[in-house]
Amino acid sequence: MKIGFTVNGTPQEVEVAADMPLLWVLRDVLGLTGTKYGCGAALCGACTVHMDGEAVRSCQVWAEEVAGREVVTIEGLGRPEALHAVQEAWVEQQVAQCGYCQSGQIMQAAALLAETPAPSDAEIDAAMEGNLCRCGTYPRIRAAIHAAAAKLEG
Amino acid sequence: MSKATRLTRRAVIVGSLAVTGGLAVGIYALNRDWPNPLEEDLPEGAVTFNPWILISEAGITLMAPHTDLGQGIRHLQAALIAEELDVDLDQPEVTVEPGPAAPAYANRALAAEGLPFMSQDQGTVATIARAASARLMGALGLQGTGGSSSTPDSYVKLREAGAMAREMLKAAAAYRENLAMTDLRTERGTVILPDGRALPYAELAEAAARELPPREIALRAPSQWRLLGRPMQRLDILAKSTGTLDYGIDLTREGMVHATVKLNPRPGGDVLSHDDSAALAVPGVSRVLPVSNGLAVVADSTWTAFKGAEALVCDWGPAPFLPEQADHWAALATALEGPPEKVWRDTGAQPDRPGMPPRDYRAPYLAHAPLEPLSALIHVTEARCDIWVSSQFPGLAEQKVAAITGVPREAVHLHNQYSGGSFGHRLEFENIIRAAEIGTAMRGTPVKLTYTREEDMAHDFPRQIAMARASGQVADGQVQALDLAIAAPSVTASQMGRIGFASAGADSQTVAGAWSMPYALPALRVAGHAVADLAPVSSWRSVGASTAGFFAESALDELIHEAGADPLAERLRLCDYAPARACLEAVGEMSDWGSPLPEGTGRGVAMVLSFGTPVAEVVEVHQTDAGLRIAKVWVAADVGRVLDPVNFENLVQGGVIWGLGHAVNCEVTYADGIAEPTNYYAHAGLRMPQAPEIFVRGLETGAEVRGIGEPPVPPAAPALANAIFAATGQRLREMPFANFIDFA
Ligand code: FES
Ligand code: FES
Repeated sequence: MKIGFTVNGTPQEVEVAADMPLLWVLRDVLGLTGTKYGCGAALCGACTVHMDGEAVRSCQVWAEEVAGREVVTIEGLGRPEALHAVQEAWVEQQVAQCGYCQSGQIMQAAALLAETPAPSDAEIDAAMEGNLCRCGTYPRIRAAIHAAAAKLEG
Repeated sequence: MSKATRLTRRAVIVGSLAVTGGLAVGIYALNRDWPNPLEEDLPEGAVTFNPWILISEAGITLMAPHTDLGQGIRHLQAALIAEELDVDLDQPEVTVEPGPAAPAYANRALAAEGLPFMSQDQGTVATIARAASARLMGALGLQGTGGSSSTPDSYVKLREAGAMAREMLKAAAAYRENLAMTDLRTERGTVILPDGRALPYAELAEAAARELPPREIALRAPSQWRLLGRPMQRLDILAKSTGTLDYGIDLTREGMVHATVKLNPRPGGDVLSHDDSAALAVPGVSRVLPVSNGLAVVADSTWTAFKGAEALVCDWGPAPFLPEQADHWAALATALEGPPEKVWRDTGAQPDRPGMPPRDYRAPYLAHAPLEPLSALIHVTEARCDIWVSSQFPGLAEQKVAAITGVPREAVHLHNQYSGGSFGHRLEFENIIRAAEIGTAMRGTPVKLTYTREEDMAHDFPRQIAMARASGQVADGQVQALDLAIAAPSVTASQMGRIGFASAGADSQTVAGAWSMPYALPALRVAGHAVADLAPVSSWRSVGASTAGFFAESALDELIHEAGADPLAERLRLCDYAPARACLEAVGEMSDWGSPLPEGTGRGVAMVLSFGTPVAEVVEVHQTDAGLRIAKVWVAADVGRVLDPVNFENLVQGGVIWGLGHAVNCEVTYADGIAEPTNYYAHAGLRMPQAPEIFVRGLETGAEVRGIGEPPVPPAAPALANAIFAATGQRLREMPFANFIDFA
């Protein structure tokens, strides 16, 4: 079916099966590969994007559910030459090891900070629990979220 | 077939014992220089000084051939070259590439830790054997990333490569300007003349390449370093923070189709029959093809291929190994009853009076399960094959692809990619073999193979399962004797067998991290027992030390408690290797060991020497209403020299979390030959709320520069078990611990 929605501020129209997950619409149809496939089952958070401002697992959202919505991916949050505050903190803390989980971590953290500008450690735990990092960068993710909160406040 | 290839097939064992055929070393010309692969297809106007440096009008390209799996080695290799070449990695004209697969990029340090010498042994025989191993590895031309060997392999070699080119560039400038070499200095990719003019390397390169390389190169002292030893921003950090780094799974080619595989869930089993009519009826699915142990589905998107695979109906053959988990444990127990394959250490006489009754320890199979599922993009034509994939053995991968596709070996080109984690997964060739089979059937069309998470985990050759039996003696408040017998399937034989290498002799990985423990016990015996016919296994971050280190440091802790001694003080009393002692002392100080703790709180310590790097860890746990919480960890590791301090801290923290997480909640078990689990509903390791605070100190007392990717892993599990004992009085001898206690 034909589905119209907005991605990173640009209106898009795609012709895909109604039940194709948004993850694969982004990656295979629109070529936005910054959003990652890790588990396909809402278990890892690598595919996290914003839909109407909320963090969602794009592997669990069907194409037909996206019609008319606004989707922001890691590519739309900020760019290498114009970083979002969260990305700036991620670069400064050198969070990434393999980096494969980090698009999802950053999108989840950005959604948390939009809602809770100065999160406590417990709030960070609750928001980030679903985002798996097999490399174990959690201490740096936590530090980067606190640093990004300070930047956004400042 | 080249000489070296024949030698590989015939004689050599990597990992376990490199020098069996090793004294075959003298037969071959060991100091042969492999050709510089950059000389093939050298772009017009470009020159290359050695296999790591290419300079042209367009800029300066540094080759970083060790595979980057998240450990940051691409950056570190570039920094080693840049330090002596006098270029900066933030210069727009400087680029860093993995380079082609080539024997010139042989890893000479890969086998050193597999030799039958303890890494703290600096005696003549051990030193000669290590040198022989390095020469043998060089002669073999085996390009490989693993065993925490990339830094030891690169540390001198890449700085020399940079210095060599720098001196040749200076010589060319001196000749052209009629100046003495000593009048010149170099900075940011230019030679600076006494009058202040800066000549870019690109201008001098052609003349410089005709200069004779310097006969001797004096490398700069660390006190003169500009880059190494200080915080650096890793090359890949910006891309990895903006979703702009392409991993293998992200790549596309014009005209590409997608594919996935559905394999017999019993690893190595056959397909007896199948029905693909439902799969072919999925809109977008174009073909179903046979591949080794299963079928491939070709489609117009990844997701369509996944849907097609789900619709395949297959009748699978049995597993070619013991199908039930209970039988694996029974086989290990039986092996422990039998004679050892090898007694690796036997110092002092084991007292024959009764001591601590024998205790059994167990460590399960574990998956690597890096977050990026396996993939490979391949394009096979009549005369050439390109494959874009992350591989820790790119040259061996090219050989496999050549054999399957029928394309000549020289016309197979592997383009090595950053990997979304590996932990040893990308030492294997499963995805590469299937991609080559699919690519051959689809000749002319680029195909990207993507595994589902479930297929990836079902075919993840796991970490070796292992079991140990320990007994010992204490007297006068001191530990007197430890007798440790360890049974495990040989990870080296299993893995090398799949590569096509012979493997002989007892596998040192069975006892790695235990037999070489740097403790001067009056009596210490460590024996390895071999077990055959279990599930195929592979190298998993820290390999044998992840199991044997747990056994050794748990058993030692039990004996120390039995003696009524302090766990840290007694280890320090026994420790006879200065860098390991320094690590123990450091974590004692960092954790304020011995300071009073509230009820329900406990600290445990462990120290394991693996890959030559001693690492000590203190773990602190708190009992809470929600369960046991791992609150803090203090770590000290001695790598001789910390080259990239920020990345060092990140890798140590990650290694500790890896070690703790798998000890707490991960295991792979087999039922009817099928591995469970198949996704992250289990086997996730720690998540954010469970991750402790981790304080890291890098020590530089050791004489050699060592790796840090794996050594922080082995002490984590025993330090945690020892802390749990201190807090609760419960001694956990079997992983995963969550099977026995609740964690918060
Ligand atoms: S891929 Fe969507 S949560 Fe893992
Ligand atoms: S950085 Fe590798 S999975 Fe998070």
